[in-house]
Amino acid sequence: MGLNEKPLSTLHEKASYDLGDFDVPTGREEAWRFTPLSRLKGLHNGKAEPVGHVRVDVDAAPEVTVETVGRDDARVGKSFMPTDRVSAQAWNTFEKATVITVPREAVTSKPTVLTLTGEGDGATYGHIVVKVEPMAEAVLVLDHKGSAVYADNIEFVVGDGANLKVVSLQDWDDDAVHVSHHHAQLAKDATFRSFVVTLGGDLVRLSPSVTYTAPGGDADMSGVYFVDAGQHLEHRLLVDHSQPNCKSNVDYRGALQGEAAHAVWIGDVIIRVEAEGTDTYELNRNLILTDGARADSVPNLEILTGEVAGAGHASASGRLDDEHIFYLQARGIPYDEARRLVVRGFLGQLVEKIQIEEIRERVMNALEAELSR
Amino acid sequence: MSTLEIRDLQVAVEDKEILRGVNLTVKAGQTHAIMGPNGSGKSTLAYAIAGHPKYTITGGQVLLDGVDLLELSVDERARAGLFLAMQYPVEVPGVSVSNFLRSAVTAVRGEAPKLREFAKDLKAGMDALSIDPAFAQRNLNEGFSGGEKKRHEILQMELLKPKIAVLDETDSGLDVDALRVVSEGINRFRASGETGVLLITHYTRILRYVKPDFVHVFAAGRIVEEGGPELAEKLEAEGYEQYTKASA
Repeated sequence: MGLNEKPLSTLHEKASYDLGDFDVPTGREEAWRFTPLSRLKGLHNGKAEPVGHVRVDVDAAPEVTVETVGRDDARVGKSFMPTDRVSAQAWNTFEKATVITVPREAVTSKPTVLTLTGEGDGATYGHIVVKVEPMAEAVLVLDHKGSAVYADNIEFVVGDGANLKVVSLQDWDDDAVHVSHHHAQLAKDATFRSFVVTLGGDLVRLSPSVTYTAPGGDADMSGVYFVDAGQHLEHRLLVDHSQPNCKSNVDYRGALQGEAAHAVWIGDVIIRVEAEGTDTYELNRNLILTDGARADSVPNLEILTGEVAGAGHASASGRLDDEHIFYLQARGIPYDEARRLVVRGFLGQLVEKIQIEEIRERVMNALEAELSR
Repeated sequence: MSTLEIRDLQVAVEDKEILRGVNLTVKAGQTHAIMGPNGSGKSTLAYAIAGHPKYTITGGQVLLDGVDLLELSVDERARAGLFLAMQYPVEVPGVSVSNFLRSAVTAVRGEAPKLREFAKDLKAGMDALSIDPAFAQRNLNEGFSGGEKKRHEILQMELLKPKIAVLDETDSGLDVDALRVVSEGINRFRASGETGVLLITHYTRILRYVKPDFVHVFAAGRIVEEGGPELAEKLEAEGYEQYTKASA
C-alpha cells in the first residue's frame, strides 16, 4: 500500500513491433515489479506455445460489420505499437484478428457483444480492432470467461466526432491468466468511455491506454475489481496527452478480501508540452476487507506544460469504516449484510456510470455474486 | 410492556473511566431526560448501550426485558428493540436511503416488508417529517444538512418502532422549525404508550416540546440528581455549575 512517485521515463520508454527489442522481464523492472512472473505461464518469456483456443463469439449490432482477418490486413496494428514484452509477444504471435467497423455516422441500435471463451487448452494470442468511423456511435461489450492463458492487444480507433463506449468484463475461471492491452486512439472531438470490470482469473494484468491524434478528445476510463484470496488483479492505466484541449478522467475502485488477494493499480498521465488546455484527473481507491490482502496503488502525473485546465490525481486504500458498519448494525442490519451494503455502495457508485441498463445490471449481478461468496 | 434497566454501568474509553456506575430504569410509556454539561458522559451512555466498539464495558448490566444487551452484538441489540438516534449520523457513500431503510426494516421485523406497503409507510413518514421524497434516492446522510440528518434519524425510529429509543442530542444544531418537526415525530412515537424514550440533551429547549416524566442530571459519569420536569426548569435558571463544582 502507499503512494510512490517514480519518474515516468522508466515506465513507457520503449515502443516496438519487434519482440527482440524487449528483454524477458526479470521482475526487477519498474513495469514488472508488482507482477508475479512465475504465474504468467510463459506469456512473458516466449515459452507459452500458441496451442490453445479462445473462442470469439460476436453478437453484433446490425449497423456494424464484423470480420475475421489475417495478420496482413491493412487495418491491423495501425493505432499502436507494443510497449512491453507480452504485448509484443501477442502482436507477433496472433494468427487471426477480429475487426469490427462502425460505419461513418452510424448510430448502433444495440450493443455489440464479443464473448471470448477460453477453452483451457493452452496459451492463446489474440488481436481485436474496433474502428469507429467519423461521427458514428457504438457500444461494445467484451465478455471474457472460461479458462485460458491469454495475451492480446485491442485497438479502439475512434474517429472524428465519434463516440465509443466499451465495457470489458474479465470474468474468467479461477485458473485463467490474462495479459491484455487496450489501446484507444482518439481523433478530433472523439469521445471514449471505457468501463473495466475484473473479477475472475488467477492473474489478470490489464493495461488500458489512451492517445490523442487531434484536439478535443474526451476519455473517461472507469474500472471496478474484486480480488479474492490468491488472486492477482493488476490494472495499468496510461493517458498520453499530446494534443491540446483534450480531457481524460480515470476512476478505478477495488475491493479485496482473503489471504494473498493482491490488487495493483498504476496510473500514468503524461501532459506533453504541446498539450495545452488539458483537463485530467485520475483516482484509485481500494477497500481492504480482510487481513492478508494487499493493494499497491501508484498514481503518476507528469506535466510538461504550464498551461493546463486541470490536472490532479489521488489514491486511497483503506479498511471498511467502523463508523459505517456501526451505523448500519445499529439499525438491526447484521454485520455481513452491512459489509455488503457498504462495498456494493462503494463500487456501485461507479457502476452507475454505465448508461446501458442491461449492462449495468449485468455488472451489478456479477459484483453481487462476488459479494455473496 | 418493555423495560430498559441500566444497573451500575461502568464504561471506559482507552483505559479512561467515563461512566462510573449509572443506574436508570426506563419503562414503556415513560420519557426520561438526561441532562448534563459537555463531557459529563451522556453520549458515552448512549453509545455504550448501543454497543459502539470504541467503548469498553468495565462493569454493570443493561437489561431490556431481562435480556442483557451487553451480551449481544450491535445489530442484535437493535433487533431486540433498542434504537439509538445518533448525534452525528455518518455519511455512507453509495448506499441509498431507501435501500438502507428497507434493509433495516427487513432486519428488525425479521421479514421483508411488502414493497407497496413499505413505499406507503415511507412516504407517510417522510411527509410527516417534511422530508423531500427525493431523499429516498440519495446516499445515506450524504450532503444532508444537520436538520435533515436529525429528521432522518427520527424517520428511522418511526419506521423501526423500537421498544426503547435513546435520542442522543437530537435537538443540537436544529433551528426552531426543525426542532418542532422533530419533536412532533418523537411525540407521535411515544403516543402509543408502548415505547420508552431516553432523551439526552444539553439544553432545556426541546423539553418544551417533548415533556419528560423524569429528569436526571448527569455529571462526571454518573447521575447526580433526579426529579420531575421541574428539575429542568431549575437547570434552565441555574445552569450546571453547581454540579460540575460538586463533582470536581
